[in-house]
Amino acid sequence: MSAILPLRVEEVSFSAGGRAIIERVSLELEAGLSTIILGANGAGKSVLMRLMHGLLQPTSGRVAWSGEGARRRQAMVFQRPVMLRRSAYANVVYALEVAGVPAAERKRLATAALEEVGLRQVAQRPARVLSGGEQQRLALARAWALHPEILFLDEPTANLDPGATREIETIIKAFDAAGTKIVMSTHSLGQARRLGDEVIFLHQGRVAERSPIGRFFPQPASPEAAAFVKGELPWA
Amino acid sequence: MLDAVLSGLRLVATLDLRLWEIVGLSLAVSLSAVALATLLGLPLGAAIAVARFPGRQAVIVVLNALMGLPPVVVGLFIYLLLSRAGPLGELGLLFTPQAMVIAQTVLVLPIIAALARQSVEDAWREYEEQLRSLGADGWGGALTVLWDIRFSLLTAVLAGLGRASAEVGAVMIVGGNIDGVTRVMTTTIALETSKGDLPLALGLGIVLIAIVLALNAAAHMIKEAAQQRVR
Repeated sequence: MSAILPLRVEEVSFSAGGRAIIERVSLELEAGLSTIILGANGAGKSVLMRLMHGLLQPTSGRVAWSGEGARRRQAMVFQRPVMLRRSAYANVVYALEVAGVPAAERKRLATAALEEVGLRQVAQRPARVLSGGEQQRLALARAWALHPEILFLDEPTANLDPGATREIETIIKAFDAAGTKIVMSTHSLGQARRLGDEVIFLHQGRVAERSPIGRFFPQPASPEAAAFVKGELPWA
Repeated sequence: MLDAVLSGLRLVATLDLRLWEIVGLSLAVSLSAVALATLLGLPLGAAIAVARFPGRQAVIVVLNALMGLPPVVVGLFIYLLLSRAGPLGELGLLFTPQAMVIAQTVLVLPIIAALARQSVEDAWREYEEQLRSLGADGWGGALTVLWDIRFSLLTAVLAGLGRASAEVGAVMIVGGNIDGVTRVMTTTIALETSKGDLPLALGLGIVLIAIVLALNAAAHMIKEAAQQRVR
């Protein structure tokens, strides 16, 4: 299997209802580095990730993967995971089934994924009675089972308490360690520091800055990012 | 009046054979029609909910309007189709229970499809991104949603059953209300009332209401029990 990375976003624009949400964004995402997408509310973080993941079609420009079969080799975890009304285990099996994994392998992969996120004990419980943090871990298990080459995360801990957030971050690090490229949006600068290698800063639908994490926080290159870091820091 | 009610209850209690034949045929016709309409209506409703095509809004309006189809008009329509000179006359179905099933299916189908369309569309809003992200588009996604909300769809099926078991116009026209062949509860009630045999009419009325109540209670209990397991 050839790699689907790097991912090239070429002059991508997206508008809805006559309003430009993403404007001529060009990016190249390589394997390896964990990329954090930062920006104020409405800067276009979620839309950009949905464009890359293929849930939205660009109004102009294109999203190009390097290899074949990109659809099956990427996964996305949303701010609010949607679970089917069946057991936690069955939710993971469903994802494998839809991805075309042979029935014989689903059980092993699903069990391993639930083990990885620490949900082995509640595997047979209905997914919808799990707590918010457990449901988000289940969403990560669903992604883990697919062994994606790239994982998009849209503010995965926005609704979670600090304990659950730590658990999610541990799992995201495990994805990184297993070789999955992480692309994550977040509102928490602390989280960006803990998980990221580089920052893409969006401002009004454009990429204002892209910097290594070690440089972004002490000395952001763009005035927009500087204002953002300064303004947000007390609550990070 | 009270006498009539009492004799009606006595007829029910003594398991009058004639009466139970009528009850049995009613159930067979209405349940078959609802089963058929469910099989066709749920996928149809789900498809309209998930698909995007030109004229979709018009289709939804028409489908919703069809929920109010007058049974006698459906009866007349099926009668014309099945009558000896009609396009399906060869089949010789007129004045048979099968004809009654066809008529009731036509009546119930829009109800189940329209209510399913609404439920699936609401659920689809919640599921769409997640399912597309996992790779379940189109039919696969629609069927997943349909299965996932199957308990709320039960209400649509029950609404269809209510319609089927209560209507008299369509089965009267295509069935002909032939004693021992196509006579069902509602047609008997209409006939016996006009003949003045109030006890039999009342007895059947009581049975009809009891059956509808029992079916709904059973469905409700199944739904509650199953929902506890899957949430």
